[in-house]
Formats: sequence, structure tokens, C-alpha cells
Amino acid sequence: MSLIDQFKNGLTRSKSGFMGRLGGLFSAGEINDQFYEELEEILISGDVGVQTSIKLVDKLRTEVKNRRIKERQEARELLLELVIEIMDPGRAPAETEEKPHVILLVGVNGSGKTTSAAKLAGLYRRDEKEVLLVAGDTFRAAAIEQLEIWADRADVELIKQQAGSDPSALYFDAMNAAKARNMDVVIGDTAGRLHSRYNLMEELNKIYRVIGRNIPGAPHRVLLVVDATTGQNAVAQARSFNQSLPIDGLILTKLDGTARGGIVINIQDELNIPVCYVGTGEKMEDLAPFNPEDFARALLES
Amino acid sequence: MFSNLAEKLQDTFRRLKGKGKLTEKDVDAAMREIRLALLEADVNFKVVKEFVNSVRERAVGQEVMSSLTPGQQVIKIVNEEMTSLMGDTQSALAGPGKGPTRVMMVGLQGSGKTTTAVKLAAHLRREGRSPFLVAADIYRPGAVKQLEVLSESIGEKCYSNLEADPVEICREGLKMADREGSDVAIFDTAGRLHIDDEMMSEIGAIKNDIKPDEVLLVVDAMTGQDAVNAAASFNEAVGLSGVILTKLDGDTRGGAALSVRKVTGCPIKFVGVGEKIEALEPFYPDRMASRILGMGDVLSLIEKAEATIDQDKAREMEKKLRQQQFTLEDFRDQMVQLRSMGSLDDILNMLPEGGNIPKELKQMSLNENSLKRVEAIISSMTRQERYNPSILNSSRRRRIARGSGTTVQDVNRLLNQFSQMQKMFKQMNPAGKKGMGKKMKKMKKRFPF
Repeated sequence: MSLIDQFKNGLTRSKSGFMGRLGGLFSAGEINDQFYEELEEILISGDVGVQTSIKLVDKLRTEVKNRRIKERQEARELLLELVIEIMDPGRAPAETEEKPHVILLVGVNGSGKTTSAAKLAGLYRRDEKEVLLVAGDTFRAAAIEQLEIWADRADVELIKQQAGSDPSALYFDAMNAAKARNMDVVIGDTAGRLHSRYNLMEELNKIYRVIGRNIPGAPHRVLLVVDATTGQNAVAQARSFNQSLPIDGLILTKLDGTARGGIVINIQDELNIPVCYVGTGEKMEDLAPFNPEDFARALLES
Repeated sequence: MFSNLAEKLQDTFRRLKGKGKLTEKDVDAAMREIRLALLEADVNFKVVKEFVNSVRERAVGQEVMSSLTPGQQVIKIVNEEMTSLMGDTQSALAGPGKGPTRVMMVGLQGSGKTTTAVKLAAHLRREGRSPFLVAADIYRPGAVKQLEVLSESIGEKCYSNLEADPVEICREGLKMADREGSDVAIFDTAGRLHIDDEMMSEIGAIKNDIKPDEVLLVVDAMTGQDAVNAAASFNEAVGLSGVILTKLDGDTRGGAALSVRKVTGCPIKFVGVGEKIEALEPFYPDRMASRILGMGDVLSLIEKAEATIDQDKAREMEKKLRQQQFTLEDFRDQMVQLRSMGSLDDILNMLPEGGNIPKELKQMSLNENSLKRVEAIISSMTRQERYNPSILNSSRRRRIARGSGTTVQDVNRLLNQFSQMQKMFKQMNPAGKKGMGKKMKKMKKRFPF
């Protein structure tokens, strides 16, 4: 099943009948204030956020006037355009040719870093790349075992230390190992941390510096893992993480539920951090590069 | 963005002066702000609608208490309404009956079930009960191990079986708990999506088999609009008895709490406030309410103002001010009253026209220490001196400075400020002139005494 189908599937099954509502809204009738009001509500209910929703609806209103659009169906295409414009994929960081290409995953607790690290390893493995996973979550009980099982399944190498050890030291070793073993890609897991915890954010910055000292230019991509069910706090998360180390992109996880992940529109709008991947399930293959058009269509099409 | 709803509301109401009652128009303006604030806090939009309507009904036509501004009055109503919606503090779990109390943890992936299960066990142990953990998450790699490690770290027993299916595991685990003489069995189930029919029927099966006394939904406090869908589905599938809100130690406003509470009708029993095993607290509805509103301590200040400022005293004061009989003794009384309300900075912020306080007064009240000093100085005066400061010669001033542990300069400064204050009252008080009452009212708003 393609990503868009999976996502849509989730949406259709949703009790709130999101798709039904949008379908109904855009199906027929003239464009009036009630239409805009309802649209704003739908966007907000998708976690797009009040400010961004109002902005989107205002833009739509202006464009509808400019282009003299009368039918709701036409307005839908227009809204699609506007969302895609915000989600512009052009800014997604390009993969470097450098070897090893180092990717660091960060995020709050329970957002899905470890699972995403494994899926990402699987993605590169299918491209026949040599992948090294770093079990950087030395804090959570059994997080290392969790990644170990995944590494086995993905048939990739794993570097670990015992639980409770210093993640920066682990990363120091991991970078040396990656160079020595001539790895193509290094994917680093980190312990989940709330962005409001100063010390833990400093720890993250230290990991970042250790990696960079060992391999100049690395990590080549720092990806923030965001749970699609997260509300407005995700913006604060992105902002805080971005302050302790430069975030290059997002991985939006758990998009197979009824949550619509509209929050990423918000993050992109405010902080200009693009989405790189989306996670849509618990299996190894359930991770795909992000396609803004698919996302916008799935969000708005009926 | 809307970090300070109180400020916004007071802004909205600043233009509306001297009203005795909240009119529909006042309330409408406030409701818009409240709606936005709640949406920003991730309260589900349908819940927001209902909530705002119920507040509107209560607010329109209500008399504004004289110690509060209309903005504060609305905040008070909002807060009361929200607190009552949140329910009571109910951290107690079903008590021990025949055999172990059965507590089942359910929720979405990554909400924190496993960690919370262990935290709950530790909490129950502190309450003198003997918990037993059952690892029924056979899907997520490492989940069983995680529970085993954590259980061991707090010295509690844990049952696991990687060969069996979750229903069997729970059944066996329950038997084991009984044999071990434990009086609470906590079942950690796998995280699942509420639209995954297969997985949802699995927890249904577990429930039917072990017949839990408590089914607790573990909800990430950072959840957005979708919280209602998940909560409603879980409630439908297994019938929840309570909710545990996790990751509340972050900076999320936690509007999901209100949504979940509203759609399930279940009490929120505990909140997770940190990564440590002890970081599980009972749920306090009032704290959560002010957190969602993003108003912090302002609410408690409003309550304090209501309770502390004696209405009769305020009236007497107003009379004195008008008749220019304002003495140092009155001055001190107000200081005491002010200080009994808490931090001065907070109070100043709470005042609707905090920005317009005369410079002299502001200088004086810059910090709490200076307030304390003022109080000490005045207390070191004799009664006569307080009523007639003009008799304060340098010898008296030296004595007062010594008595209050200050310097003569401090005493002089206070006396200057006081005489300026008196002058100010005189200016705004041309006896008998029209409009004076209004000015007094304004004055009262500035300084609630």
C-alpha cells in the first residue's frame, strides 16, 4: 500500500469523518463566510494551529478574489497549492556524497526515534548501503536491546555500550568505527528528552560537537522526530532543539492513525524546517521519503 | 503566543470602564480570546466550542466584584468552570478486594505506558501495597526487557513470557501475582493505534479475560486535536476507569487533558512529571486548569485579592483619601495588606493599569525588600509621628532609622514619597467637584486599596 493510501485509509476510518467533512465542504455550493469558517475549523482540527490556519484561510480568501473563483471545488485545488507552497520540498537537505554520511536522530520521549532509526537503516540497506546504527539511547531501559533487535532484522551493524554510559563517548567510538569499517551511512539514535530540560539539551549539543570533531562536516543531517499526534507543543520542540543543534529536517511518525500531522505545516511555516520522511506503521518498510503533494492531497482530498 | 491570557483579557477590558455588570458585548470579546487560547493549548475544537458557550452563559449579566476588574472576573469564571470540568482529585485506585487488584494500562505507542506502569508500582509500594507487574507488550522490540529492567530497579516482581500471546500472559501473570501474595497486578499492554481493529480487539480480549478493576488510559500531555478520537475509541473498546497524563514536565499547555476528560468522562488520576521513577503525582484539577489557560499564578492572585482585601477597609480608605486624612498609619496598613497577597511584582502585573502607576510609587515599590523596609520604618514611629509627620526632626529620624534597622536616608526617602503621595491625592481630589468619584474608582483599580 502506498503512503498516500495508508494515510488516506487512516483518515477515512477516523471517527470524526474528516474526509467526509472536507468532501462535503468542497463538493458544491458557493464560497461564503460560512465556508471559510468551516475550513478554518477543519484545519485547526488537523493540528495546523490557529495562527497558521487563519493565515492559510486568509491567503485563500485573497486568491479566490483575485482569480474570481466561484466554485468550492476550484477553491480546493487552490488550497492544495497553498499548502504545497508552504511544504515546499525544495528545501529538504540533499544527501552528501561524503562517506560516511552521518544522520543523527533527536526528539522528545516516545516520538519514535529508535524505531525510525531502524526503519531508516532498512531504507538505506535496501539501497545496498553499508549502514552502522549507533545505540545512543543509553538512558531508557532496554532501548539498546530494542535497537539491537531491529539491527538484526535490518541486517546492519550496531555499535553500543552498556546502559547508562556517556553517549558522547559512545559517539566518539562510533565515528572511529564508521571510518575504520568504511561505512556508507551512520544512523545515530539518541535518548528521548524534553526540550525544556536544559542539561539534556546540552548533552545533545555535546554529542553533536563530538561527531563534528571526529568527522568534519558531520552530522550531515540532524533530524527531529515528531509524533504526528503532537499538538502545538511540537513548534516549541522544534524551536528548542534547533537552538541546541541545527535541525535539518523532520521525521513525522505515526501518520497511520487518525492524527493528520498538520503541525508540520506550522513548523515549516514558522521555522522553515522541512519534513524529510514520514513513518506510517510498525514494520521496517513503513518509512518513506516525504512528498509534500501527497501529504497535502491526503490532507485535503476526498 | 498566548502565554498570558490574563493580560489579553485585561487588554480587552481596559476600554470598558466603570461597568457594574458584564454585558454581552464585554463577554463576546473575552470569549474570542479564550477560544484562541484554548485552541493554542490543544484543547479539541469541539470541546472548546462547548466550553466557551457554557462560560458565556454564566458570565453574561454577572455582577463584577468590586475587588476585581471585568477581565479578572471573566478569568475567574473560566477557571472555575474549567476546574469543575476537570473533576476532583482522585488519585486513589480501586482498593484491595479478593485477590490482587487488577490494573490494566492501555494507550497509543510512545505515550509512556511502560514507564508509567513502573512509576505506578513504585507509588503503590509507597502506599504500603505490594505491586506485581505483567509484561504484555510482545510487539515492540525490547518492551518486555524494559519492564523487567525497570521492575528490578525498584525491587518489584515482573512476569513475562515471550512465547505466549498477550491474553495468556495476562492470565498467567495474574495467577502468579496471586501466588506471590501481591495485592495489585499491573498489566503493561502494547501501544496500539485506536483504528487498528485487530489490536483493539486484543485488548478487549485481555479485558474480558482478566476483568480489570481499573483500565487506565495513558495519554501524552503533548497530544493535539486527535486526543479525542483516540480516547473515545479506547473508551468504547475497553471502558476506561481513569487517565494518566504523561510528560507534563515539559512546557506543553496540556489541553489534551481537558479533551480527554470531556470525551471519556473519566477522572485523570495521575500525572507523570519526569523521567525518574518517583515522578508520578496525583492530579490537581486547579493546577491543570490554570496551566491550560496559560495564566500561572495570576489566578491564585485573583483569589488572594478576593480573600485578602477587606471590602470595608477599602471603603473606609476611600473616604479617608477623599477627606485627605491619609496618614502614615494607613499607608502601612496597605503595605501589610499588599504583602499578605504575595510577591509584589506579581501583584503589580496583575493590576489592570500596572503601567500607569505614578513614578514615585513605582520607585518605592520596586522590590519587596523596600516594602519591608517601609513597613519597618513606619512601625518604628510613635503614633503621634504617624499622624503628624511634620514633627519628625532629625533626632527623631535617627531614632527611627536605628529602630527599623535602616538609615536616615531611607527614612527621609519614605517621608518624601509619602508627602508626594499626599500631594497627588490632593490634586485629584478637588473637594466636591464633579467626576471625582470616577477618578477615585480609577485610582482604586490602580491600587486595590
